[in-house]
Amino acid sequence: MSKYLLDKFLYTVDRDPELVERYREDPAGTVEWWERERANAVLNCITGEHSTWQKFEEAERAALVGHDYPALFELGAHPFLTLTLFIAMFERDYDEPLAFQKEYAVRLAHFPMPYPDIAT
Amino acid sequence: MAEIVAVIASTHHPFYYRASTATGDDRPPFADEWVAKIERFRETLTKARPDVLVMVGSDHFHQLWLDNMPQFLVGKAPFYDANWYNEEREFGLPKMLLHGEEDLSQHLLRNGLDAGFDLAFSNELRIDHSITCPIITLRPEADLPIVPVYTNIFAPPMPQPKRFVQLGQAIRTMVESWPSHQRVAIIGTGHLSLELGGPRQFGPHGPDPEFDRKAVDWIASGDISGCLAEVTLDSLHAPGNATHGFMDFMLMMGVAGEGAKADHVDTLDLFHTMEAYFTWYPNGAPQ
Repeated sequence: MSKYLLDKFLYTVDRDPELVERYREDPAGTVEWWERERANAVLNCITGEHSTWQKFEEAERAALVGHDYPALFELGAHPFLTLTLFIAMFERDYDEPLAFQKEYAVRLAHFPMPYPDIAT
Repeated sequence: MAEIVAVIASTHHPFYYRASTATGDDRPPFADEWVAKIERFRETLTKARPDVLVMVGSDHFHQLWLDNMPQFLVGKAPFYDANWYNEEREFGLPKMLLHGEEDLSQHLLRNGLDAGFDLAFSNELRIDHSITCPIITLRPEADLPIVPVYTNIFAPPMPQPKRFVQLGQAIRTMVESWPSHQRVAIIGTGHLSLELGGPRQFGPHGPDPEFDRKAVDWIASGDISGCLAEVTLDSLHAPGNATHGFMDFMLMMGVAGEGAKADHVDTLDLFHTMEAYFTWYPNGAPQ
C-alpha cells in the first residue's frame, strides 16, 4: 500500500493548472511520467536530494490511469484530494450545477461504513 | 493587558463568496437569506470594535503536506497572502493580503510552548479559505491584523478532541495575558456534519441532521463536558467523513469556556451542510 504516494500524486497534480489538464487529457502518459519523474521528489528540495523508494502498486497505478475515483476511494486515497481534483477535471462536462458531484456520490453509494482507512 | 472583546465560531462555506456576489440568473435562491444572516452575524463582530483578530482554521492540503505535517501551528509573519489557485478555480475566491500581528504571534508561541503545547510555527504562511471565509463574512474590509492558528483536522493521526478544547482554553488565557491594550477577537471556523468525496456528499442537507442539532446545542450552551463525553476521533466518522472539522468548534468552545452561553446563535440549513454562527462576549455585550 502506498496511500501516501496516491495522495502525493493527487496533491501535486491538483495544485498545478497545467498538470490538471494534462492528467485529464492523457491519464496513462501523465501517470507514467509522474511516477518516473516526480514520485520521488521531496517537495521542498530542488537540488536532487530525492527519495529512492517511492512506487505505486499495480492497483493504484490502474486506478489513477483509469480516472477511477471509486477505486481510489477503496484504496484509501484522501477523499478531499480526489474530489477536488476530479471536480477540476470533469465538472465542466456537466450542464447542471453539482451534477458531477451528485453522480460521484452515487458511484460511491455501495461503500458501507466504516469507509476505507485514509491514514497514511 | 489585552481584552477579548468577542469570541466567534462559525462554519466556513467556500461557496458564500460566489453566492453572495452573484446576480441575475446566477444568483441562487437561498442567497438573500444567507446574506441577511451573515450581515447580522457580521454586526456582532463590528460592534465589538476589535483591533486584532486571532483566526483559527485548518489548511486544506495547500501549504501543509504529509511530508511535514504539524498538528497545531501558529503563523508569525508581517503579512499573509491568501487563497490558492485551486480555491479560485473551484470557489471563485479572490486573492487577498492580510497584515500579521507578530507580537501576539510571538506571545502565543512562547507561552503556548511553556504551557505544554509544542506549537509549530511558520514565518511564511499563505492562508486558505478556512481563514479567508470568515474574513469575507465577518470583516470584508480585511483591514485588521491577524494571528493565524492552524489545526490538523484533516490528516490522521490527529490530536484528540479534548486537546482542541485545551488549546482553546490556553489561547483564551494567553490572549488575556498579552501585554497590550488592544481589543482582540478570537474567531475560529470548522464544520458540523460534512461529507466530502464520499457517498453522502452534496445531499439536500448536511449528512447527519441529528448530529448537527446536538452540536449546535453543545456549542450554544457551552456544554464542553457533554460534548467531550460523546465525541471521539472514531465517533466523528459516523456523521460524515469530513466531520473532524467539528474539532475546531470544540477548540472555540474551549476559548468561550465551560457553560458559556453564546450571545448570538444562528443556523442555516443549506444543501450539502448546515451553516452555524455563534458569538460570545466574554466581558458583556458591547453597548
